[in-house]
Amino acid sequence: MSTTDTLTRERRPHRTAAARSPRRARARRTGRPYRRADWAGGAAAAVWLVIVAVPLYYVVASSLRDRSDYLDAGPLSLPHHLVFSNYRTVLDSGFPTYLWNSIVVSAATVALVLLLALPAAYAVVRSRSRFVSAGFSVMLMGLAIPAQATIVPVYLIITRLHVYDTLLAVILPTAAFSLPMAILVLTSTMRDIPGELYEAMTMDGAAALQTLRSLVLPLSRPGLVTIGIYTALGAWNGFIFPLVLTQSDARRTVTLGLWNYQGQQGGVNVPATMAAVLLSLLPLLVAYLFGRRQLLSGLTAGFGK
Amino acid sequence: MSIAVPRGSDGRPGALWAVPALLYFALFAVVPMALVVALSFTDWSGLGSPHWAGARNWTRLLHDPGLGQSLRLSLLLTVVTWAVQTLICLPLGVWCAGPQRSRAVLGTLFFVPLLMSSAAVALLFGALLDPNFGLAHTVGPWIGVDDGNFIGDPHKALWTVTAVITWQFVPFHTLLYQAAARQVPAQLYEAATIDGAGRWRQFASITLPQLRNTVVTSSVLILVGSLTYFDIVLILTDGGPGTSTRILPLHMYLTGFSSFDMGYASVLAVLLLAAGTTLSLLVVRITGFRRMTSQREGL
Repeated sequence: MSTTDTLTRERRPHRTAAARSPRRARARRTGRPYRRADWAGGAAAAVWLVIVAVPLYYVVASSLRDRSDYLDAGPLSLPHHLVFSNYRTVLDSGFPTYLWNSIVVSAATVALVLLLALPAAYAVVRSRSRFVSAGFSVMLMGLAIPAQATIVPVYLIITRLHVYDTLLAVILPTAAFSLPMAILVLTSTMRDIPGELYEAMTMDGAAALQTLRSLVLPLSRPGLVTIGIYTALGAWNGFIFPLVLTQSDARRTVTLGLWNYQGQQGGVNVPATMAAVLLSLLPLLVAYLFGRRQLLSGLTAGFGK
Repeated sequence: MSIAVPRGSDGRPGALWAVPALLYFALFAVVPMALVVALSFTDWSGLGSPHWAGARNWTRLLHDPGLGQSLRLSLLLTVVTWAVQTLICLPLGVWCAGPQRSRAVLGTLFFVPLLMSSAAVALLFGALLDPNFGLAHTVGPWIGVDDGNFIGDPHKALWTVTAVITWQFVPFHTLLYQAAARQVPAQLYEAATIDGAGRWRQFASITLPQLRNTVVTSSVLILVGSLTYFDIVLILTDGGPGTSTRILPLHMYLTGFSSFDMGYASVLAVLLLAAGTTLSLLVVRITGFRRMTSQREGL
């Protein structure tokens, strides 16, 4: 037990150093290392910068001006004076409920996925059972199943389970379709744990549960964070399940609320709509500011090579 | 000896550990996949219970005037988004992988659209493309569209949708290429520089071949993703004007949940499933996800 603890502790700084240093060392060694296709890439980057920045500026600027200012001065001009009434309008129109629903759906989905994926991935990596590896293959098949292809039967199942128009109706299928990616990412994290550490645990007579708790869990933390982010983002931005499986205003998630908002306002109140868009994005933007690196690696998880 | 030692004391988890996840996945993903095939042989309006209808829905497939159109649009959308995204993302990703700090900062901005839901993107571009008050009113005349009507014109609507989808997904694929380009060993470039290879030559002879797997992965993801471009089209155009953007996933959704013809919608869903399964087999095969070894091995 204590042997593994020391090993674990020694291993961690070593791993991070190894993961980070080659790039920096490389850059230092060569002086001007990345000089391939700089010109084409630079031009593409400049054009893309405009294409990304203009719409984003538009969301922020439009949300901070009043309606007549927007209609008079044109879409891209600076707001005459900053107005926060659009946010007031949005927050008074039920948006806090939608935000809360999305928080509940995202949190519950992440919890469910972590709870199911952790033991499953552990079994995939360590178990010798044929059954497990066959099950893993089926799951991987599910990686690219478009959710809407199963929406009709999912609707049937949800109504038969008598959970239609509840947040649970959204959580259950969302978690199911996040599972394959979660297990995939977790297995690749767990495979990076050196075999000697597992053997050391076994020599100490540790059972599977104990190995999970004191070796696998601490060393898989990056993978767990990654799938947490991936799953949360997917659940937050999900559209088809809330659309089909809920009905009442009190159960709307943010994405549905946005869509509904467009209809409600006749699609004309652009500043208020943009304020709603920005509010729906705000939690993710905050997360992005503080954990950009992890968020980005979470998004490309599983496709790294 | 092995008899004396109780099972499980080799420290390995048994198959039971995977059962909850597998059962859960079976109930909400595998069973629906089987069920959708069964439902394609029934009549069901969404209320009450499905009734057996034989192969009626399937023969209808042959006479559905909307089907050919939606297949054609889906295919066109898939091919165009694939080509455009690959051509933009590859050079952009390689550029972003450079060690310069300015590139990293720009990269941060590039990736913001990744965070936006399809609903948010659709609303944003719906407003921007408004022919009277949006940016389209200003920009349209510059590029020969005097009335600025991009989404209301049946001949331009699909191209406009393609452009919006590209805007949404370019960041993701750029990120893939950036990560991959950073893993190309620097020695290769050093050797090429010593041999006198220019920038283009290095790009063509080192970067491109080294990114081969990423090109495949990204391409397959775009192809699979094209089966899920549904919400953005629903909000932006609702398949219109007319049926000029009614792609297959949208055709399925509207058949089921707007015309309440679940039986025929299931037939269309089976088509989608077949395409998705084929593509996901490709993903597994090509990217080697099933490899039972660490990806760090040999480094």
